[in-house]
Amino acid sequence: MSEFLQQLVNGVTWGSVYALIALGYTMVYGILRLINFAHGDIYMLGAFFAYYAARAMGATSNPSPLMALAVLLVAMAGCGAVGMLIERGAYKPVRRSSRLSALITAIGVSLLLENGGVLVFGADPKFFPQIVPVKSLALGAGVTMTNQQLIVLVVSLGLMFLLRVIVLHTRVGRAMRAVSFSHTAAALMGISVDRIITFTFVLGSMLAAAAGVLVALQSPKIEPYMGIMPGLKAFVAAVLGGIGNLPGAVLGGLVMGIAEVMVVGYISPTYRDAIAFVLLIVILLVRPAGILGRNVTEKV
Amino acid sequence: MKHAVWLAGSIVALLALNFALPRLFNPYIVQVVMLCGINVILAVSLNLINGFTGQFSIGHAGFMAIGAYGSAMITIHAGKGWAAALGAAGIPAALAQAGPLLVALLGGGLLAAIAGYLVGLPSLRLRGDYLAIVTLGFGEIIRVLILNIDAVGGARGLPGIPGWANFFWVGAGMLSVILVARHLATSTHGRALFAIRDDEVAAEALGVDTTTYKVLAFVIGAFFAGVAGGLFAHYLSYLNPNSFTFLKSIEVIAMVVLGGMGSVSGSVLAAILLTLLPELLRPVKDYRMVMYSLMLIILMITRPQGLMGSRELTLAMFRRRRAAAAA
Repeated sequence: MSEFLQQLVNGVTWGSVYALIALGYTMVYGILRLINFAHGDIYMLGAFFAYYAARAMGATSNPSPLMALAVLLVAMAGCGAVGMLIERGAYKPVRRSSRLSALITAIGVSLLLENGGVLVFGADPKFFPQIVPVKSLALGAGVTMTNQQLIVLVVSLGLMFLLRVIVLHTRVGRAMRAVSFSHTAAALMGISVDRIITFTFVLGSMLAAAAGVLVALQSPKIEPYMGIMPGLKAFVAAVLGGIGNLPGAVLGGLVMGIAEVMVVGYISPTYRDAIAFVLLIVILLVRPAGILGRNVTEKV
Repeated sequence: MKHAVWLAGSIVALLALNFALPRLFNPYIVQVVMLCGINVILAVSLNLINGFTGQFSIGHAGFMAIGAYGSAMITIHAGKGWAAALGAAGIPAALAQAGPLLVALLGGGLLAAIAGYLVGLPSLRLRGDYLAIVTLGFGEIIRVLILNIDAVGGARGLPGIPGWANFFWVGAGMLSVILVARHLATSTHGRALFAIRDDEVAAEALGVDTTTYKVLAFVIGAFFAGVAGGLFAHYLSYLNPNSFTFLKSIEVIAMVVLGGMGSVSGSVLAAILLTLLPELLRPVKDYRMVMYSLMLIILMITRPQGLMGSRELTLAMFRRRRAAAAA
């Protein structure tokens, strides 16, 4: 029992990282109907930005919570800027062409970030400095949790709460929801659709950057290709929960994280990458719109 | 009669090319040509699913992997023995290998086609991006399964496949997939596929059996992807699960979209272009893949409908142009 609870704690921590990445996917999809394949690479960039920021600020020699927060914010700001650049430079010009060419552009951007990363950061893995010393906390019933896991949980929950406030209770959030409902109608109401789309990209990229930093904190090996698999799985998580639906993305991420940790713990680590997709196929066959997604009836 | 002449003519031409290529060019160029051919088969077969029928599939590497591993297992466990027995009976090596290779390629294709049928079934319920993500999942599941099956070598890869595939076989595979695609495009069945792509509801209302046709597109596309996989296996003599990642599927999609959805000649051109591009960029070394991805983005921005759009490159086009120039 205690082993199961331990796995659950690990799964929830891991799942909240997926949830953070999945939120970016689902927001962009909700607003543009575009699978932003480069999103996983933004997550990679987040980890690298944090790596360089931590070294520049000397966070390795005197780690403090404030320093860690500063590193996180720098990474998020950097990725936000990159997200804006990508949207303006690559996605905006193809917005009016077919969705497939937009998708290929996204794939091109993803390849560009990965290979650009190899060029700039080097292909060999780097070790993320320990900006928060590890401590183990006993939760009782034989379950332990590291303080890093706690940080991951707290930061991701905080960011999700922040996102919820932005989307539901601010003017720009209302505009985002309007644009995802209909570009034309939103534009007629005086909303600058272009600006809202850019804002969505920046927001999503910042969340992905945070996810990158949080993962680097726990498993400190970072390399330019580290974003591919988590990116794919986070997208699957978004689809699992019902794409375009923010609570769905969080739920999907958690389900995915828990399922993965359980497979590693109870079946075999080599099947880790398969479980995400098996889960996906099963759920889509039973509920094609995802767990929380609404089935839209098609009008002819 | 006309068909027989064409068939005989193309076999002779392929044999001649097969004879000439290794003698005219160095092994590196021959290998690039072979990979171009295999990619052409993959791109045209995916075009049947994505371009003709509009069913968005991003798991083509999965079908290719099934064909590659299936045909390799057939050859290793049966084909090698047959070839040896035929060789011992005094039949020349090239002929003794032809039979077993054909069986292996068709067997691999058939296995992939069965997988295509299974993947095609959800397409009855799912549309657009949801279908895409299921096909992606299928491709990844296949790869993880191969990694975990010890009989096919797992993560170590599968060595010891005889290198029987030469340009003749790749060329024959190319010709057959192009012929099937072209004939399909001009037939009643092809029009049904196009109708599904353009408007599924309208097609159904007009009496097109959308279910059958969507699954049919998946089966045919998967079959040829399997054949391409078989050729790949019998050319390189070694298989590794890492050759069939999500990136491979993406590469093939890029060929189809870049060539133009539904254009067979576009797929052929784009497959050749995208195979050559990384090779041509070799001199710039580290910048190679960066340039490749930049070119992909720029091409998509400047020509979103692909190189050919939905048109075909035909001899008539050249004739018309020449006539216009003369007038």
